[in-house]
This record gives sequence, C-alpha cells and structure tokens, in this order.
Amino acid sequence: MIFNFENTGMAALADLREGQRGILEELDLAPRVAEHLMNLGFIPGVEVVAARSGPGGDPRVYRVDGIEVALRRDVSSRIVVRALTRSVQ
Amino acid sequence: MPLSTIAPAPPISENQPPKKGFQTIAVVGPPNSGKTTLFNRLTGLRQKVANFPGVTVEHHLGFIRDTAGREIELIDLPGIYSLSPRSEDEVVALNVLNGQMPGLSKPDGVLLILDSTHLERHLMLAARVIGLGIPTLVLLNMADELKKQNGHIDVLALAKQLGTPVALVSATTGEGIEAISAFVSSHTEAPSPLALPVLQDAKKCREWAYQVGHAASYRKPVSPVWTQRLDGLFLNRLWGPIIFAVVVMGVFQTIFSLGQPLSNALQALLDVTGKQVGGLLPAGLLRSLIIDGIWKGTGSVLVFLPQILLLFLVIGVLEDSGYLARAAVIADKTMSRVGLNGKAFIPLLSAYACAVPAIMATRTIENKRDRIATILIAPFMTCSARLPVYTMIIAAFLPNRPLLGAFFGTRALAMLGLYVLGFLMAVFTARILKSSVLKSKDSPFIMEMPPYRWPTLRSLGLRLLDRSKAFLYRAGTVILGVTILLWLLTTFPMHNGQPPAIQDSAVATMGHAIEPVIRPLGFDWKVGVGLLTSFAAREVIIATMGTLYGVDPESHALDLQAALRHELTPAAAVALLVFFAFAMQCMSTLAVVRRETYGWKWPAVQFAYMTVVAYVSAFAAYHIAALL
Repeated sequence: MIFNFENTGMAALADLREGQRGILEELDLAPRVAEHLMNLGFIPGVEVVAARSGPGGDPRVYRVDGIEVALRRDVSSRIVVRALTRSVQ
Repeated sequence: MPLSTIAPAPPISENQPPKKGFQTIAVVGPPNSGKTTLFNRLTGLRQKVANFPGVTVEHHLGFIRDTAGREIELIDLPGIYSLSPRSEDEVVALNVLNGQMPGLSKPDGVLLILDSTHLERHLMLAARVIGLGIPTLVLLNMADELKKQNGHIDVLALAKQLGTPVALVSATTGEGIEAISAFVSSHTEAPSPLALPVLQDAKKCREWAYQVGHAASYRKPVSPVWTQRLDGLFLNRLWGPIIFAVVVMGVFQTIFSLGQPLSNALQALLDVTGKQVGGLLPAGLLRSLIIDGIWKGTGSVLVFLPQILLLFLVIGVLEDSGYLARAAVIADKTMSRVGLNGKAFIPLLSAYACAVPAIMATRTIENKRDRIATILIAPFMTCSARLPVYTMIIAAFLPNRPLLGAFFGTRALAMLGLYVLGFLMAVFTARILKSSVLKSKDSPFIMEMPPYRWPTLRSLGLRLLDRSKAFLYRAGTVILGVTILLWLLTTFPMHNGQPPAIQDSAVATMGHAIEPVIRPLGFDWKVGVGLLTSFAAREVIIATMGTLYGVDPESHALDLQAALRHELTPAAAVALLVFFAFAMQCMSTLAVVRRETYGWKWPAVQFAYMTVVAYVSAFAAYHIAALL
C-alpha cells in the first residue's frame, strides 16, 4: 500500500469523514474545556483520526495519542485541524 | 519479576531528618490506569467503602502491611487527569493529598499508577503529583500488555528523570507488585526530579512528558487492532443500536430466567429450615415471633439476593469490558434531546442497580445544573430494590407465556415495560427541569473510551461481595427491625392473653387510619401498612406483606403470591406497580441527595414531586385497569 498524504487545508474536526486524519491546529474553546482536552492528548501538532460515531454521526469517537475519545459536535466543531486526505493506491 | 526491577530514586544530597514509617498512603492515577484493580490486589477483602461511592467516584479504604507486619492505611482516590479543580473528583483528590479532607490525615506517601502503554500522556499527571513533594512510588502498570505489544521502557532512566522510585508492574497478573511492599517498608524521601514543567501549561507539560519518555527510551506499544474492530461492530450504523437493544433486553431476561429459579430454590430452602426450626420451639409467642414474624418477613426479602447479585454482575461485566462507554455514545443523542449531558448516561444506568452510588457518580458531571437534574431523575430508574416488588406482583398476577421463543416471555415483557415506564418519567422530568428551573447551556461531552478488556473474576467477585454485604446488612438491620415492630403491632393489644384477630390489632388501627387516602388507588389497609413501612426502603413492603399475611389466619397457609391474589384485585396490583415505579421510598437516597446538594431543599422537592406523581399515576392506572 502506498499512502499519499495531501494537504487540503483547514477544517473543523467535526467535518472530517470517518477514517480521515487531521493535524490539530487550534482549540477554540473555553480554557477549562481546552485544558481537559489537552490532558487527554488533544495538543496542537498531533494527529487525530476520526473513527466511528453514534447513530446519526454524533457524538463521534476520535483516536488521538493512542486512545479513543468521544466528542459531541458542539466541541469537535470548534477544534481546527489541517485535514489530510489519505488515498490508498 | 525480580525485585531488582524497582528502580531506586537517585540519592539526595540535602540533609533531611530521618522519617518514621508510612502511616497513610494515597493511591492516585488517571481513569483506566488499572488503579482499582491494583488497590483490590493489594488490600484484598480487607477494605471498606468510605463516604463517597459510585464506581469511579467511590473512595475505598484498605490496609496493607509492610515487611515488618505493621499496618498502613491505603486510600483509593478517584481517577483524575490533573490536579486542577475542574471536576469534583479532582477537588476531592487534591484536598485529600493536601490533608484538607476532614476525617482523613494527610497522606505521607503516594502510589502513583500510570498505564505504561500510554505513558507519555499519563506522565502529565505525574508532573503534577510529584510537584506536591510527597514521597511517591511511580508504578507503570500493564507491564504485560506493554511487553506483549512490543513496547519498551527503561525504568532506571525514568526514575532518574522523575526523582522517584519507579517499578514496572501488572495489577492483573500480580507481576512486580512486591516492589510496593519494598517501598512501603522503606524510608523514602520526597522526590527531587531533574526538572518539572510549568504545571499550568498543558502543552509544555506534554512536551516535558515526551522528553522524559524519550530520555527513558520509551517505545510506545502498537495498539491492538481488535479495539478498532470491536468499535467497528458496536458503533456500526446498523448493528450498533441493534446490539444495544439486545444487550438491554438480555440483561432483563438473564435476571428473570436465571434469577427466578435461584430465588425459588432459596425460598424452598428457607421454608424447610423454617419448619424445622419451628418444630424445635415451644408453641407460643416466641415461636410466633421467630417463625411468623422474623423468618417469614426477612426471608421474603432475602430470596431476592440472587436476582440483585445477577443485576450487579451483568452491569459489572458491561462496565469492566468497556462496552458501557460505547453504549453511552449510542445513547448520547437521546440524552441530549432531553437536555442532559451524555455523561449522565452512566450514573443513570447504574441507578438501575441502586440510586445511591448513581447519585454519587454524578460528581463527574461538571455542570452544576446538569448534575442536579441528573440527581433528581436518578431515582426514577428502576433500582434493584424495586425488582423484588415487581417480581412478586408480576409473578402473582401474570402467567408466563413465551413471546419471542423461550428467550422472551410475558413476565419479562411486563418487567421491561416497568423499566421503560420509569425511564420515560425520568425523561419527562428532565425535560421539564431543563427547560425551566435548571436551564443551562449544554456542557461539553468529552468521554475517554476505555480499551476493551476481559472482565476479571476477581474484580467481579469483589463487587458482588460488596453488594451482598450491603444487602445483608440492610436485611439484618432495617428490615429485621421493621419485621419485629410489625409483629409487635400485629400481636398487641392482647385479648385475654391471646393475640388479637388481625383486624383488631394495633397495625390494623394504623392501616385503617390511612385507608381513606389510599382507597382511591384500590388498596386496602394491609397494603397501606406496606406502603408506610416501605418508606424506609422499597423491598420492606414484601417483608411487611409476608408478616401480615403470615399472621392472618385467612392467608396463613398460602404462600405470598397466592395470598396477594387472594387480597388484591388485578387493577389494584397494576396501581401498586405504578406507585412503586414512581414513588420515592428510600431513606438512603434522600440522605445521599441531601449530602450531595448540601441541604434539604432538593431532597424535599424530590420527595414531594415523586409522591404526587406516584399517587396521581396510580390513581389513573387503577381506574383505567378496572375498565379493561
């Protein structure tokens, strides 16, 4: 398998499709919430993968730093990522 | 693993006064680090649950011995990510560690449990705990998984970085835990790490953790693919909700199809032994007290122990395996519709076992209004104390017929219906509260998914033992007390040295006094007495009815179910079920609500609201059922 990473620019974490990756850029959230997320591993610069979700796509599970964290859309829509598309050839 | 795996702390140059041995040691660690498993392994059965329960919020006290045989107190603190007072869990942990928790002495040592498979992230907590300056042993847990998944850590180098002794252990297999007894028998000094990061800045903290991990040649293990595969199934668009529904139905069916025969067997055993004990006693007041009063009364509640334990077993398996967190993700959408945080799902699900630990588990909800709303609706969830009442009435009035094969019958359906009824009332109440007095902005839903694990027999066994103790304690105190009181009330006032006919007894006078209030619900005075006594605890009504019918010559020869059919109309039975679904009949719950909300206001509101709802609904149910 050859992975082809292609930078597609900024997006909200909530907009990543299932299986899509992104590099975390910024947490546009209240300091308390942002701090908690950082304790869980959501630190600018790390890679986040959008995984499975509850019915209707919300909340969604994200893989970050070796663990899985479920976030509702109201949080994940305020996390800015640099989306990467992964095409498998 | 040999003792040499403890990496000692580097020597300290400063002159510190020699310490005496440890008195109190706190067990600290992030959620899912295996803290509770380790605590159980260290203290075994010599532990007690102290004031703040709930699975994650519970605070256990236990004892371990050092190599000289001296006892050292061990405090299991709630799982925390940091020491900033973000949630009440963290406030509790911080207060204990600073010696500001009333009734607990300041710990003079800390066992810090970190998951070695997620070391870097967990080191962020280490920075904060080590910064407190209490002698600390850092335990890198899940050593077996680290090895299996091809990870690596140099403990000596890590000890040097952290300035504390470090040991690689596995709480599940017991590997390496002799390091702990070596530590507690030592005179370890306060840590002196090479450099600590700026603790307030999570990003700097994480960078520090990465560098420390790097200096200790940490190699992250490769996480197993099956976690993702299982998520793919349990959170599948189609299968996820189906599996969720099957699991919920399976829980109820297990309790019925497995619990019922066990309860029946226990009942038969109690009947036989009761007769034998009765034969040994001389006929008269004493035999009447022991057999008709105590034996029948407490026995009728004891027989439900198997079902209650099954419920706790099933919830324990779901929780320990990691499925419960996925179920919370599936249920979250529904929860948010009634204005509740998805985190409320776990306390509410544990309220199906018991509202008391559930209300304590709401401490993980950061938003105060959300938390109070969750506390107020938790007692509508069908707790295990309602289970015996429902079982008794359903079994007495509803013949069991298979519906979906042998798997799901009419009785299980009726039971499920009652569970749904309680749930709907909880949803309805939450909606009212969240759109009026407890209106607030949504608090964020952020939930770490624990990895899937096989539940261990040890941890399940300890859980069940805990619950059996609590249940038997209640049977031995509250329920025993009520049955003796009832027996006295049925035996007096005496006529010519003989106990009165039941309708002339003191209890009948009491029952008749409240009869006008409950007559509209289709209840007679005997049920009225049952309702009065069940305000102590729900299941007491069974003991009460057992005693009342046992003393009454008309129903003396009948078993409890036959006696119920003899005394109640089917419509009144329906009304009684509905009343129990909604009424707040539990002193322990009221007491815990008072403690958690710091005052009598919310418990008073809750009691009044639930009683009114129960009365009105039972009234409606009685009249509708009588028409059918």
